[in-house]
Amino acid sequence: MEANAISRRNFLKISGLAGSALCLGTYFVAEAKNENLITAANAEKAGIEMNAWIHIDTNGKVTIVDHRAEMGQGSYQSVPQIVAEELEVDLKDIDVIFGEGNQEKFGNQITGGSSTIRGSYKNLLKLGATSRVLLVTAAANKWGVPLIDCYAKSGHVFHRPTGKKFHYGELVEVASKLTPPQDIPLKTRAEYKLIGKPLNRRDSPAKTNGEAIFGLDKKLPGMLYAAVERNPRMRGKVKSFDATEALKVPGVKKVFKVKMGVFTIYREGVAVVATSTWAALQGKKALKVTWDDTGFEHINTADIYKIQHEKLKTDEGLLLQKVGNPDAAISKAAKVIDVVYQTPYQSHSAMEPVNCVAWYRPEKLEIWGPIQAPEWVQDFVSKQMKMPKKNVIVNMTFLGGGFGRKAFMDYPHEAAVISKEAGAPVQVIWKREDDLTQGPYRPGITYRCQGVIDNGEMSVAKFRMAGQNIDHWSNGKSSGKANDSTSEGFLKPYFDSIKNVSFAEVVFEAPIPAMWWRSVYASTNGFAYESFLNEMAHEANKDQLDFRRAYLKDERCQQLIDKLEKVSGWKSRDKKSGYGVAITECFNTTVGQVVKVSRQQNGKIKIDKVWAVMDCGWYVNPDIIAAQVEGSVLMGLGAATTHEITFKDGLVQQNNFYDYPMPRIADMPPVEVHIMENTADAGGVGEPGLPPFAPALTDAIFDLTGKRIRKLPFDMQTV
Amino acid sequence: MITLTVNGQKHKVDADPNMPLLWAIRDIIGLTGTKYGCGAAQCGACTVHLNGESVRSCVTKLSRAAGQQVVTIEGLSANNNHPLQQAWNELNVPQCGYCQSGQLMSAAVLLRENPQPTDQDIDDAMSGNICRCGTYQRIRSAIHLAAELQRKAMASK
Repeated sequence: MEANAISRRNFLKISGLAGSALCLGTYFVAEAKNENLITAANAEKAGIEMNAWIHIDTNGKVTIVDHRAEMGQGSYQSVPQIVAEELEVDLKDIDVIFGEGNQEKFGNQITGGSSTIRGSYKNLLKLGATSRVLLVTAAANKWGVPLIDCYAKSGHVFHRPTGKKFHYGELVEVASKLTPPQDIPLKTRAEYKLIGKPLNRRDSPAKTNGEAIFGLDKKLPGMLYAAVERNPRMRGKVKSFDATEALKVPGVKKVFKVKMGVFTIYREGVAVVATSTWAALQGKKALKVTWDDTGFEHINTADIYKIQHEKLKTDEGLLLQKVGNPDAAISKAAKVIDVVYQTPYQSHSAMEPVNCVAWYRPEKLEIWGPIQAPEWVQDFVSKQMKMPKKNVIVNMTFLGGGFGRKAFMDYPHEAAVISKEAGAPVQVIWKREDDLTQGPYRPGITYRCQGVIDNGEMSVAKFRMAGQNIDHWSNGKSSGKANDSTSEGFLKPYFDSIKNVSFAEVVFEAPIPAMWWRSVYASTNGFAYESFLNEMAHEANKDQLDFRRAYLKDERCQQLIDKLEKVSGWKSRDKKSGYGVAITECFNTTVGQVVKVSRQQNGKIKIDKVWAVMDCGWYVNPDIIAAQVEGSVLMGLGAATTHEITFKDGLVQQNNFYDYPMPRIADMPPVEVHIMENTADAGGVGEPGLPPFAPALTDAIFDLTGKRIRKLPFDMQTV
Repeated sequence: MITLTVNGQKHKVDADPNMPLLWAIRDIIGLTGTKYGCGAAQCGACTVHLNGESVRSCVTKLSRAAGQQVVTIEGLSANNNHPLQQAWNELNVPQCGYCQSGQLMSAAVLLRENPQPTDQDIDDAMSGNICRCGTYQRIRSAIHLAAELQRKAMASK
C-alpha cells in the first residue's frame, strides 16, 4: 500500500448514533520520520498510526476526538483546530471529546516526545480533507450536479450556481457509502483560516469556573477512597503491618497489602480504603508497617556523583557517534579544555498529584485518570490483571500537569488491584509527599567535555555522559549499547562542521526509578553541551552567536541565529548587564534563547529578560506555542536554580513544596517568544523551550560576573 | 452535624469537625473545582473565600466554617463572567489549569481590596499560589486586564 493511501476497509461506518452517522477513523501508513517518539534515535521504529476520529451525526453535529492527553500543552485546542481546517467546520459548532486508550482505533496516543502535533498533523489534515470531499461528493450526487459546482463551508455543502445547501448531517448516510478518494489536495498555508492563528483555547472556560474534570475530580456512585503507605524505598517489601489503629478511624473500611507493577519490578505498600479521602489519609497515618529493605543497595546522592566523576576520569564508555578522531587530536593538542558538568535528579511535581480511579468487575475493568499513555495503561494493566485487553477501558480526564510522570503505568495498576480487593470503584490519591518521594525522577548526570581550539577554530569536541539510562529501568535490563539519547539536544549540523566530535555513554546504574522529565535528556545534555560551546567560544575569543554561526551551516539555523540576534538586540547589548545564549534541538525543534541578567542594588542577580526564538516548522497555534515556551523557561528556572532530589540511605530527602520549593510569581522573568516561519515539517512544542534556558542563564551570569557555573542547581541568591 | 453556606447555599455536613474544609467541599458537598495540591498550605490550589477572605481550605478545619459563608471557584460568578475570569479567558492563562481555581480566588480578593494593583502588589498578593506550568506572566497581565474591565464596568454603572 502506498504511503498515506486510504483503503476502503479502513473507513469504519457506524450507524445507530442519531440514526446514521459517518465515523471516519482512518489508518494511514505513518510517515515514520515524523513520528519521533521520545528519542531521536528510535524514530524509525514507529509503525502504523491512526490519527483521529470524526463523528458527524444526522443532525450535523460534529464531534472531534482528541486522541492525546491534555496536560496543558494544548491538544484539546490544536487537534480540532487542524481537523476543522480541512473539514470546513466552525470550531464554535463542534464538540471535542477525549479518546479512550485504544491502539487499534487511534494508533499511538502517548503524550510524550512533544509528539501530539508533529506525530499526527499530516494525517489529521488528510482525515479532515477526506471527510469533506466525501460530504461534498454526497451532496453533488444527491443533487445530481457536477462536483466542481459544490463546495464546503461552515459544516454545510453549497451548490454554487443556485446557492442551495445541505448541512453535513443530511449527507452522512450517502457519504458513508462512498469510496474514499485518494490524493486529495490539501490547502496551502496561505489558505488556512484556522491553522496558524492564535485562537483562544477551548479548554480555558472550564478551567476558570471549576468545571474541568481532572483525574482527582472523577466521582462514581458508591466510590470509595484509598490512600497507600508504600515502601519509601521502591524495591523494598512489606514485612508486616498492624492495622488496628487505622481501622478505628471512622470511615475506614478495609486495610490490605497491595503490590503494583512498575515496569519490570513490583512496589509494595499497604492500602487503606475508606468512605472519604480524609478518612483514608487518617487511616494511612495510623498504620504501623514494618518494611523489608534487604537485597538491594540503599544509595546516597554523594556516592552517585562521586562514582560518576570517578568513572569519567578513565572510562571511555559506550560510543554512540563519532566523526574524525577526537582522541588522536586531543593527544596532539597544545591545550585541551577539559571540564565537568553536573545536573541533579528532578521530580516532575505536577500540580495534580498522581491519582487514579478504577472500577473492577470480573468482566470489565474501567479506569479514569490523569494519564499520558492510555494505550500503554490498557496493555500493561490487562496483562497484570490477566484480563483480555478489550475488557480494560482506559478513560481520559484533563491532566493537572504530567511532564513525563504520568506516562508510568504503576498508579492505574495499583488502583485496579485496590478496586478488585475492595469490591467497589475506588479512587486512589497520592499525597504530595507520596508523589515527591516515590519518583520516578529525571536522572542526575555528570558530563565530561573536552575540546580543542586550534587557531581560533574548534577542532575537537568530545562528550561523555555518566547517568542512568531510562530505558534500562523500563526494560529491566541493560541493552549493552550506548544510550540513544547521549547526543540529544546537540544540533546535528555540528557533526558536519567540527572535524573531530564524539559522544559516549559511561554506564552508570542505580536502583532509582528514572523516567522522562520534560525534554528528557536534552534538558541536561543541553546544559552541558551548550555551556561547553560557550566556554569554547570564550577560549576562541569569539562572540557566542558568531561562534555558533560558524559551525551551524544549516540554513534554518542561520536564520534562527539572525532572528535571535535581532530580537534580543544582541549587537547593542549594554555593558552593565550580563547576556548569555544557548541553542538546542529537541524533538525536531530548535530553540535559541538569550538571557539578560543584572546585579540589583541589594547585590543579588535578577533575570531581566528572556528572548526565545523557536523553529518548530509547521505549526498550529502561536499563542499556545508562546505559552509553552514561557512555561518551559519557568520549569527550567526551577531546575537550574532550586530543585534537586537527594537520597540518603536510599530514601528521598524532599517531601513537599516547603523543601522542594517551586518558583513563585515574583521569580518569573519576562519572556518574549518568536516563532520562525517556514515550510518545514512540524517539530515538537511542549518541551523544546526548556533545554536552552539553563545554559543561557549561566552564560549571562558568566558575562556579568566572570564566574562559570558547571553544577546545577546553583543558588541565584549567592552568585 | 455542621451547617455552613457554600456559594449561597446552606449545607448540613455530617463529618469529622477536624476534616479539612477542602475534603468536605470536594467529597461531601461535591464541588470539585477547589483542588488538592499539597495539604500543607504551600501551593494555594485549595484557596476559597471564608467570609470574603482567602483561606487555604486544605488546612482549615471544617469546624471553622460552621455557620460561615464559603465561596468556591464555582461561586465566583454566575456565568464565568467575573472580570478575572473574562481576562483569564481572553489571555489564555490556563495551561493544565489545575492551579487556576486557587489563582483566581486569590486574585479576586486582591482586586476587591486594590482595584488598581501594581506588578509589585500582584506579586505580593499572588505569592502563595504555585503554578507549575509557568503561567505567571499571563496571570500578571490578566490581573491588570481584569482591573481595567472592572473599572470600565464601574464607570458604565
